[in-house]
Amino acid sequence: MDKRRLEEAVMKGLMAASTALILAVLLLILLTIFIRGAKAMSWSMITQTPQGGFYLGKEGGILNAIVGSFYLATGSTGLAFLLAVPVVLYLNVFCRRGCRTAAVIRFLLDVLWGVPSIVFGAFGFILMLTVGLKASLLGGIVTVALLVLPIMCRAMDEVVRMVPSELLESSYAVGATRFQTAVKVVLRQSSGGILTAVLIAFGRGIGDAASVLFTAGFSDQIPQSLMRPAATLPLAIFFQIGTPFPQVQERAYAAALILTAIVLAASLLSRRLSRRWSRHSIR
Amino acid sequence: MPLKRSDFSLKIDRAAGKIMAVLAWLSGLIVVAIAAGLFIKSLPILKSQSLGTLLFSSSWFPLRGQFGFLPFIMGSLWVTGTAMLLAVPLCLLTAIYLAEYAPRLVREGVRPLIDLLAGIPSVVYGLWGILVVVPWVQQAAKWFNAATTGYCVLSAAIVLAVMIFPVIIHMTVEILRAVPWEYREASLSLGATHWQTTKKVVLRKAFPGILAAVVLGLARAFGETMAVLMVAGNVAHSPASVWDPAYPLPALIANNYGEMMSIPLYDSAMMLGCLILLGIVLVFNILAKLVLMKAQKALQ
Repeated sequence: MDKRRLEEAVMKGLMAASTALILAVLLLILLTIFIRGAKAMSWSMITQTPQGGFYLGKEGGILNAIVGSFYLATGSTGLAFLLAVPVVLYLNVFCRRGCRTAAVIRFLLDVLWGVPSIVFGAFGFILMLTVGLKASLLGGIVTVALLVLPIMCRAMDEVVRMVPSELLESSYAVGATRFQTAVKVVLRQSSGGILTAVLIAFGRGIGDAASVLFTAGFSDQIPQSLMRPAATLPLAIFFQIGTPFPQVQERAYAAALILTAIVLAASLLSRRLSRRWSRHSIR
Repeated sequence: MPLKRSDFSLKIDRAAGKIMAVLAWLSGLIVVAIAAGLFIKSLPILKSQSLGTLLFSSSWFPLRGQFGFLPFIMGSLWVTGTAMLLAVPLCLLTAIYLAEYAPRLVREGVRPLIDLLAGIPSVVYGLWGILVVVPWVQQAAKWFNAATTGYCVLSAAIVLAVMIFPVIIHMTVEILRAVPWEYREASLSLGATHWQTTKKVVLRKAFPGILAAVVLGLARAFGETMAVLMVAGNVAHSPASVWDPAYPLPALIANNYGEMMSIPLYDSAMMLGCLILLGIVLVFNILAKLVLMKAQKALQ
């Protein structure tokens, strides 16, 4: 009897300890990034582009990366959205529940989800070589759009699937076609979840480095057109931490702080918004 | 007599259905296109050397046309294996605690925090690795009488382990919660303790699902690039201990893209590296997915 109780107590202690350890690591990461980043933060950091080259120049800030990342993540999220909405509506409205086509496409999208981002980068690079495009904002946008597409599709699919079939049936009963039902009923009913999916994709897209390494390039300037290379926050961290100059490394710390803050904000916002927007949907 | 307008709506409906079907299939086939694209690009090197030489030779001299991927495959295996050894016990203990033991408030509070960990970009993990893990590993090595710069297998494994915590924990908690309560009640009513019930009933029932969660974490770790690239040390030699630097496959690809155009066959070798990576990760993912689908059916 005693032995059983002892085992119970020991295991429970181990479990609580490992949970505490994991939470402590999370806290340690956030504290490291925020404290180190806060030290590096200044007004010129967020209002100036690097002066004298991002790798060597000791003056200036990371405005190029902030704006570049924003362009890139917005563009790729938008592009993925244009593709994900029809795909998800097709899977849930045009395919009958439990149909084979939908199952196969869902499986393929899940497989795509698992593809490492460096492989997306290589594929984007092959695509760009094929059409003769150099490292540019456009190349980065297309590659990251492919990367976030499965993430967005699954997040949307999960909410759209929850739309009750009675709602679809009552729409059909008043004479609406499937397309009208999809656009006017299903989209509206699941708007909260769709917004969440967009924010999740945005957070993932803005933080990914391996896929933009060869496709978006890097530049000291703010990109003036889609054909120009663009700096991004993840690569600003990666390149500038690799220099021997402490002043340049400061820019990496600042970039890490800004990137982490954006990603966390997107994640928290998506939680809050999905609750708020779903107030008006019919249950 | 149908109205004209509804005829028009029906036409739109049919056209929209077709366009959406095409878009859906296109999105589904992206993964096939990726595999095909990489395969076509790696054909030149596959034609010039046998796959066996490429995979199992450890001489990596691109200038002499020798592309042995073994050091990089070994680097990946060392880093991923060590990461799994660190992550799996911690993840399982935490997941069991959250699913079976923690009071509801703790569970509801901790799960979002762990999911937050999943959202942190991999370069930020890499930066944390450089700032915290690398110096720490360098210090720790002294207790073991090992010399290391800190940029080694162990540092990369620690960073990777932290990165896959949320993947494994999130799925394991969901699988444990899906085990019907009746099983626990039956076991508890026979006089088993809480832990005995967990160990002999819940874990046994959930085992295939947990295995799938671990394999998904493994696939994620295997394909992870930036964080590993920043702390693994990147020396093209198979590591002999956790204190040695490693050069995992994804890091190789990320590091050598810029200069690959100047050396013949180099770009093709990189594409083959991507293809190998994709192949391994996809096999893990598909296996995990199949096991999971079976496990879900068994639980229902």
